[in-house]
Formats: sequence, structure tokens, C-alpha cells
Amino acid sequence: MMSRLKRLWNTLWRPSVHYSLAFLTVGGFIAGVIFWGGFNTAMELTNTEKFCTGCHEMRDNVFAELKTTIHYSNRSGVRAICSDCHVPHDWTDKIARKMQASKEVWGKIFGTINTPEKFEAKRLEMAQREWARFESNDSLECRNCHSEKSMDFTRQSLRASEAHQRFLVSGEKTCIDCHKGIAHELPDMRATLGQSHPPLAAAGN
Amino acid sequence: MKYILTSIAILTLAVSAWAADISKTGLSSTPLDQNAPPPRMSPQSNDDLRKARNYPEQPPIIPHKTEDYQVDARVNECMTCHSRRAVAESQAPMVSITHFMDRDGQFLASVSPRRYFCNQCHVSQHEASPPVSNSFVDVDHVLSQPQ
Repeated sequence: MMSRLKRLWNTLWRPSVHYSLAFLTVGGFIAGVIFWGGFNTAMELTNTEKFCTGCHEMRDNVFAELKTTIHYSNRSGVRAICSDCHVPHDWTDKIARKMQASKEVWGKIFGTINTPEKFEAKRLEMAQREWARFESNDSLECRNCHSEKSMDFTRQSLRASEAHQRFLVSGEKTCIDCHKGIAHELPDMRATLGQSHPPLAAAGN
Repeated sequence: MKYILTSIAILTLAVSAWAADISKTGLSSTPLDQNAPPPRMSPQSNDDLRKARNYPEQPPIIPHKTEDYQVDARVNECMTCHSRRAVAESQAPMVSITHFMDRDGQFLASVSPRRYFCNQCHVSQHEASPPVSNSFVDVDHVLSQPQ
């Protein structure tokens, strides 16, 4: 076993006998381009709406909820798809998120949320996970489209303009602190009522 | 004879006029068996300025948009600003203390379930002209009238 490994090691480090240097470098380059392109194309494929809504868990719950909101249908026709908000746009962050998403494959295989009841039971946990992600990256995915520098507060309603100047410009809060539940329905947050910083003031308080 | 014929003619005319009229009901001029083109949807008012109540008991109207506000078994989105604890941050008016009262007049620690659905009494306004006029006058106007 050890000797076979040693032989392989020696072969790898010995100059090539049959192939030219040009073949190995150019061929290696082309193979690299094909691999890299293929890898990224495959990864981008998992970023499409068609891929996300390919499973009924997404199509019948969160995607159905998205359809009534302004992020799906609005006056100018600019819209966000799943990955615009749920997958970081930067490559390293994207890879990190995609690796975390392997847990979602596990969930799909074992049917963690494959009925409406199971989905409801997990809604708060899943929402809180996304909220935590947005809070820790200063709502980066919101800011990919919504820049506070380009916000004309005079064109906002009085209420929105005041709130944005008080909380957003001062950096006291980030988008998700106030704008939870804008793209999907909110979970039941009564369980969080006793916490010192509830994600939202829970119902009926 | 002439008298009878005239009566029948008048009656026929009256009935046909009435029949033509009954096919148009209410505010719509469209016959009952047809669909009227829907009126254009008017935008909700969103000026955030408090409006005077038309009579003391009137539930205050909502001076902002409430489209897509989630009020269901899971959550009441109005309460994200109007709940007791949220008003310090939102500077919105707190839900009135009467909403904490159950039907026996007992005050609860939180909003009474019977007051949960805000839109049963409080409504946003639309920028639209009323399709029918009315003769409503303010209560102060009634008080100022000579008895």
C-alpha cells in the first residue's frame, strides 16, 4: 500500500515522457476553464426561481406567499426572485451559504417540512434563522437593490421618512429590524414575547 | 270603451317602464344579467395626518395605507407599531385602553380577543369621491340649531 502511494507520488513529480509541455499547460488551462465554468453554471442553476420552486415545500408555501407582495408584483415590474434575498451575491459568501444549504437537502430528503402542518411548526425557527442572517450582514441582500444613499426621503410618506432618518441613517437599526414579513407571512411570535428584544412586538400586546 | 282602452294603454306603458327600470338596480346602470366594467381602484390615502372624528364615538380612521397588513391567527401587524410596548419606538398612538377591556368591563393585561381585528372598526381611507351624496352634518352643527 505504502509503496504504491510512493510510486504514484514519484510519477506525479517526474517530468512527462509522452505529452508535451504545451499540451499539458494549454490542456490544463482549457480543462480548468471548463471545470470552473461548469461549476459556476451548475451553482447558478440552483439560484434560479425554477429550481427553488421545483419542490412543493417552497412552491406551495413561501412562493405562494411571495406572490401577493410588492416584491413579486408592482407598478414598475421590477421583481426579486428567491436568490436575490436569500443567497449572498459575493462569491465567497455565496459558497458559504450554499454549503449551509446542504442541510436543506437533508430536510428535503427526510420531509422535515413536507406538510403544511410541519411547515407551520417550523415557520418561526426558519424565519428567525433568516432574520439573524440579515441582522448579521446589515441587511446586505436588501441593500443590493435598496440603497439608503439613493433614497429620496421627501418622496416617502411622512411616517416612512421620519422612521428612516431616525433609525436607518443613524445606523441604529438595519432594514430587517422593521421590515420583517414583507415578502412572506409572519410566524406566530408569542413565544418570543418574554425576550428583552422581541423580533417584533407580538400579537395582542 | 274608449275609457277602458286608454286605461289599458296607460297601464301597459307604466308596467313596461317599471320593468325596464327594475332591471337596473342600486347605483349601477348595468342590467342585472350583465357584468359592469369594474371601477378603477383608487389609491389608499397615506398622508399620516390625524383626521377629526365626525362624532365622539367614531373609531379613529387610519391615516395611512394598510394594504397587505397581516392580521390573522399568527400575528397582528398593526400591533408592531400600535402596541403598548412599541409606541416608544414608533411614536404611533397606542391602542386605546378600552381595547384591553373584556365584555364584562374587566381590564386585561393585553388587548382583548374581541378587539383583535382592527379593521372591523378602523379603516384606511381612499382618495375617491363618494358615489352618492348624503346629508350628514356634524354634531356641533346639530347642537347650534335653535330648538
